[in-house]
Amino acid sequence: MKAAVITFPGSNCDLDMYHALVDEFQVDTEIIPATVTDLSQYDAIFIPGGFSYGDYLRTGAIARFAPVMAAIKEADNQGKLIVGICNGFQILTEAGLLPGALQTNTKPGFICDTTGLNVVNQTSKFTNAFTKATVKFPIAHGEGNYFVDDATLATMQANHQILFTYTDNPNGSVADIAGVTNANGNVFGMMPHPERAVDELIGNIDGRAFFASIIASLVNQQEATKA
Amino acid sequence: MFLAKIYVTYKPSILDPKGETVKDALQRMDFTGVEDVVMGKYFEIKIASDDRASVEQEVQAFSEKLLINVNMEVFRYEIEAITE
Repeated sequence: MKAAVITFPGSNCDLDMYHALVDEFQVDTEIIPATVTDLSQYDAIFIPGGFSYGDYLRTGAIARFAPVMAAIKEADNQGKLIVGICNGFQILTEAGLLPGALQTNTKPGFICDTTGLNVVNQTSKFTNAFTKATVKFPIAHGEGNYFVDDATLATMQANHQILFTYTDNPNGSVADIAGVTNANGNVFGMMPHPERAVDELIGNIDGRAFFASIIASLVNQQEATKA
Repeated sequence: MFLAKIYVTYKPSILDPKGETVKDALQRMDFTGVEDVVMGKYFEIKIASDDRASVEQEVQAFSEKLLINVNMEVFRYEIEAITE
């Protein structure tokens, strides 16, 4: 498995993601700048948190038109795994790779906290290794209020696209939604930070199951291709 | 040359937390008549062209593509001819 962590001007969680993949899970990972236009050698693509292009205009709005985005869309067409955390989630919704949009938190201000999450669907490519129904992940955002219209929400629920919900909604998200996939189940985004919960040293390893899920589904995929 | 003035606001169905926060502050400051605040974005964009119709098309296209998020925002615009 080869992973890419995409870094935009203003990304700031790229090294946390790299640390989780390389030091905790020994994944062959490279940090790739947003100017790169070919991602064909990577099996999984991670868009980290931060403030890409200063969050000017809207969160993720300008990153969506960065050169690397065409390659990310191509990877989606090929069914590769694409993960957006925090600002990465905002970028994926702006790019139309995930449904909905992220808006200013209903309660004013930036939230930096740990939040409880329900693992709603434990059969997805991103959640198959979770053994607990509730986990705790760090959050750090000012614009994490997930909005989706009623019709799209109904489709997403029917499709089991909602993987995580907040136990105590911190930001006003519709239906307490914290993390979603696309209809195909290969693109995932969430505001909370699993990559900040992988190391015993900082007292929370709930995020390990997220990375273990992704690695397990890629191994399964590769074995299925061989067979 | 044309100057496009573009106003972006949330759709009426979307809660505007920044507008609500400003409204609360104004009411606390005893501007008791304040009933509603909409907080949006304003752009002034100069476009080199001598054809108003094509400028309108361009404004429409780039506003939908970049300036707004069609899931939650709307825009309106004014276009005026200017000298350079």
